[in-house]
Amino acid sequence: MNAVEARDLVKEFSGKRTVRALDGVSIDVRPGSILGLLGPNGAGKTTVVRILSTVLVPDAGHARVLGHDVVREADIVRRLIGLAGQYAAVDENLTGRENLRMVGRLTHLPKKITLERSDTLLEQFGLSDAANRTLKTYSGGMRRRLDLAAALVGRPPILFLDEPTTGLDPQSRQDLWVVIEGLVRAGTTVLLTTQYLEEADRLADRIVVVDHGRVIAEGTPAELKADLGTTVISLTVPDSATARSVAAILSPLAPRPPVIDDATVELTVEEAPRVAAEALRALDQHGVTVVGLTLREPSLDDVFLRLTGHRAEEVAEVASGATSSDEGGTPSHDREGRR
Amino acid sequence: MTALTVDPALLAPGRRESHPGGSRLRWALSDAGTVTWRNLISYTRIPDAIFFSSVQPIMFVLLFRYVFGGVIHVPGVTYVNYLMAGVFVQTVMFGAVSTSVGLAEDLHKGLIERFHALPMARSAVLAGRTTADLVRNVGVVLLITAVGYLVGFRVQTSPLSFVAGLLLILFFAYAVSWGFAIIGLSASNSETAQLAAFPVLFPLTFASSAFVPVTSMPGWLQAFAIHQPVSQVIDASRELMLGGHSNLWSMSDVWQSLSWSAGILVVVAPIAVWRYRRTA
Repeated sequence: MNAVEARDLVKEFSGKRTVRALDGVSIDVRPGSILGLLGPNGAGKTTVVRILSTVLVPDAGHARVLGHDVVREADIVRRLIGLAGQYAAVDENLTGRENLRMVGRLTHLPKKITLERSDTLLEQFGLSDAANRTLKTYSGGMRRRLDLAAALVGRPPILFLDEPTTGLDPQSRQDLWVVIEGLVRAGTTVLLTTQYLEEADRLADRIVVVDHGRVIAEGTPAELKADLGTTVISLTVPDSATARSVAAILSPLAPRPPVIDDATVELTVEEAPRVAAEALRALDQHGVTVVGLTLREPSLDDVFLRLTGHRAEEVAEVASGATSSDEGGTPSHDREGRR
Repeated sequence: MTALTVDPALLAPGRRESHPGGSRLRWALSDAGTVTWRNLISYTRIPDAIFFSSVQPIMFVLLFRYVFGGVIHVPGVTYVNYLMAGVFVQTVMFGAVSTSVGLAEDLHKGLIERFHALPMARSAVLAGRTTADLVRNVGVVLLITAVGYLVGFRVQTSPLSFVAGLLLILFFAYAVSWGFAIIGLSASNSETAQLAAFPVLFPLTFASSAFVPVTSMPGWLQAFAIHQPVSQVIDASRELMLGGHSNLWSMSDVWQSLSWSAGILVVVAPIAVWRYRRTA
């Protein structure tokens, strides 16, 4: 049995115009594994997590957590899950310890266990010194750790992490990754949403790529990369104007149009050595100087680009730029609804 | 910070110690208590909140007692005695805005989302918010009573009757607080919640018998001022504190006031709960 199972989830949000946030999403998470739900902002990732964590009711489709229906058996599901989100849902007027105790009590743990567990988690997450300070004094990374600790107070076998490292500095991100890996080694099943390919590549056993409320690919990170079955030739030229003409010259050589990124042109091909030689010859004939040439295996970023026609992080930046005024304040349906 | 070293054994998912034993009602009360506790602690750490619920009402007492009081004449009663019931009600009415603002903040900081995903009672967030506001109101009316005494207010009936008057006001405040919960759950942020609350608050509070006898108002306004619930509650508690000065002592004002409060609660509480369930 899968630890988490969702079938054909559909969810629409009505507003100024109706937005179909999910358009038939199915996912399976095997027990003790990490599933990475990868996609740009507004792809529907958060909506999936909110349905699985009983916060939202789907318009169609159904989902089960450890065999329990998230709508009809919501009370049971809530005792099996922990939820930590990108907006660090904690009370900033309470201290770290008070926040954890509140969650422990609301999880209906016996008082003694709540107290013990809160202190253990604070220590484990390096927050002992800050335990009696209000959250207003915490850094972003500390809040995020406290939010994760709060999700773990009830020792849930299933953990939902909605973009756990978005907006964190590299060190804090690394720290959280170590914690998440530790949780999975200890037997927790994790469903993680992310817009960072690197994060999915590092943490996830399987990846489901969503875009516009649909699953557009799934598999292990290796499978997704292998699907391209090809090599990327990356040519660097002196400037972006040259890059555009180079792309025009080289486009007959590859099955898909070349991708231009500033002064770099990338070709995704099957016979890399032959095409590379041809490309250099063609450019030489046109008198173009090539500054750099590399051949590499495709990254998840290439996979994403191929699948969606846009780069994951670019879109994420544009989207978060457009909604940055809502940072920390918008209910998730607005976040997800905006596209 | 240094790299975290987490011992996986300590984070292992455990057999659930949570014991869903015990009746639903027991857990509903326990959860409401926890949320109340959290709101009260949170509240003591917001300087603005403390200011608006303690300093502001004291300033209103002093303002009306010493600045406007000189020109307002109410037959048969000293103005400071007349004033106090009005200040009590005005204070708890303004305090109800904090129900809106508090819920709007919880909603937009994602806290309500976390609550939705916990096995806690669905009623606890609203019950905990309104109860915390009730507890705060108890503290505030006691504070105003003390300040009132310092500036010359004296209960004309009996201590018991005075307490009954306060309870009437607190019950009304509790009912109104559920109404303001709806505004908080519907507003797009806490500032909007605050702005949306005032157009409701102002006419009800000031076009009432709170600070001046309604007979001094123009006829069209008088009709509204006499019959609206805030005036009813003020008149009833004023009678309980001072005895019947304008009307003969009669319990009918008290019953009317209680019916208003109960009626408001019965109508708005289910709407607030419905609204809360849809906030996800």
